[in-house]
Amino acid sequence: MNEKLLFDSREVVAVIDAIAEMVAGEIKRNHIENVALIGIQLRGVPLARRIAGKLNETLKLDIQTGSLDISMYRDDIGKRKKLTDIHETDIAFDIDDKSIILVDDILHTGRTIRAALDAVTDYGRPKLIKLAVFIDRGGHEFPISADYAGKTIDLDGKDGFVSLRLAETDAEDAVYLTPENPHTKNR
Amino acid sequence: MSITWTKKDLLSLYDLDAAEIKLILDTAAEFKKVSERRVKKVPALRGKTVVNLFVEPSTRTRTSFELAEQRLSADIININAASSSLKKGETLLDTVKNIEALQVDIVVMRHSAAGAHNFLAPRLSCGIVNAGDGSHSHPTQALLDIFTIIEKKGGVEGLNVTILGDILHSRVARSNIWGLLKLGAKVTLGGPSTLVPKEFEKLGIRVCDNLEEAVSDADVVNLLRIQHERQKTSFFPSTSEYANIFGLNEKTIKYVKKDAMIMHPGPINRGIELASSIADGPRSVILEQVTNGLAVRMAVLYLVAGSLDKAPS
Repeated sequence: MNEKLLFDSREVVAVIDAIAEMVAGEIKRNHIENVALIGIQLRGVPLARRIAGKLNETLKLDIQTGSLDISMYRDDIGKRKKLTDIHETDIAFDIDDKSIILVDDILHTGRTIRAALDAVTDYGRPKLIKLAVFIDRGGHEFPISADYAGKTIDLDGKDGFVSLRLAETDAEDAVYLTPENPHTKNR
Repeated sequence: MSITWTKKDLLSLYDLDAAEIKLILDTAAEFKKVSERRVKKVPALRGKTVVNLFVEPSTRTRTSFELAEQRLSADIININAASSSLKKGETLLDTVKNIEALQVDIVVMRHSAAGAHNFLAPRLSCGIVNAGDGSHSHPTQALLDIFTIIEKKGGVEGLNVTILGDILHSRVARSNIWGLLKLGAKVTLGGPSTLVPKEFEKLGIRVCDNLEEAVSDADVVNLLRIQHERQKTSFFPSTSEYANIFGLNEKTIKYVKKDAMIMHPGPINRGIELASSIADGPRSVILEQVTNGLAVRMAVLYLVAGSLDKAPS
């Protein structure tokens, strides 16, 4: 099976704008204050920055962003073919009483988000945590779902993996369906 | 960080290439942040068991490893030689095989025999981390020294690093030499010729028996402890003579560049290799070395644990 293009760069930008719109709507509707976005390494980080940029533009806010690496919180050390690279965790603000929106590229099993919840709560006690993902592709193994999903597709395990590429990390904005798990091959 | 750690043991920096050393150091930088948080613990090694087998006395290295293991959420057993079966004549291999039979994942060991870890590692499926073997190797000390240099100087390539003192008996010196050369530093060794053999020049290192010459262009001066316990014969006439000729003090510090950093692996013999005013002065990074040691050991244990017992997938 070869890679199959699901969304091109125009569609990727439109989906990111749609996520920002959903978040902005809820911020206004429910008067959510002290919002900060934390992107999960690797592609959640540029995604969080782009969403925050859009929110700051439309809502005239100054929303901060941070990055979170969940390698130290995984539950499968020694069980994976390779240890995941540790990327930077940089949360330069106090998360106590903040409304944190976790941002990741793909919601699949939910295990990354499980680890991220443990990781982020080790930094403090946020008022609330919500989850924004570019794509919810189904196949959840934990009782975790996204509050804001840019796209929802229901894929079977044997259909392959969904891979979001962003200009900041991969030199293009696109979404592919690939036969290989993008998280276990060498980056 | 594009390479993958594949070794189940950390025996010596001699065995590693520059990319592997950099991987450990990059990983350590993220682990250092864990100890700066309110919750100073991560679940990375939850469910793993680490045995600290110290067949030679140690306080700071053992404490550092133990704390690193706790901050990684590993389960820990400490075995001291004085209270172990080694005293009853059990061989080292039997002792460690018995430990391994308890389904232990990693053994952190210090041993007075050079090469003890190299002997054990291929005979065991658990990971072996060298916490010092005789005069041979002490990889985590060298890694924390290099980590501290990079943190302060922004890099290590092209720097002049001078190691002073008892090179002959020093596993810290050997490990630093391997690591520093692999990362492109220029290394000078200084001290009395009885303790700093000319043979080291074969590694492409400058060897000096004159303090001023050894330190004058150094960006980093790493002083080693004069190890009374490893000197079976006398290598210099007296400690006061050593202090006068090779010690770093108010008088000799003027040979050292103003922006050079002063390091020491501890424990310090104050007033012998290093005067208190310098050990506690602004150029000293001795306590930062201790702090960084924790991060480096967390990184090593994390990487070693990640390469163990690969389940078929």
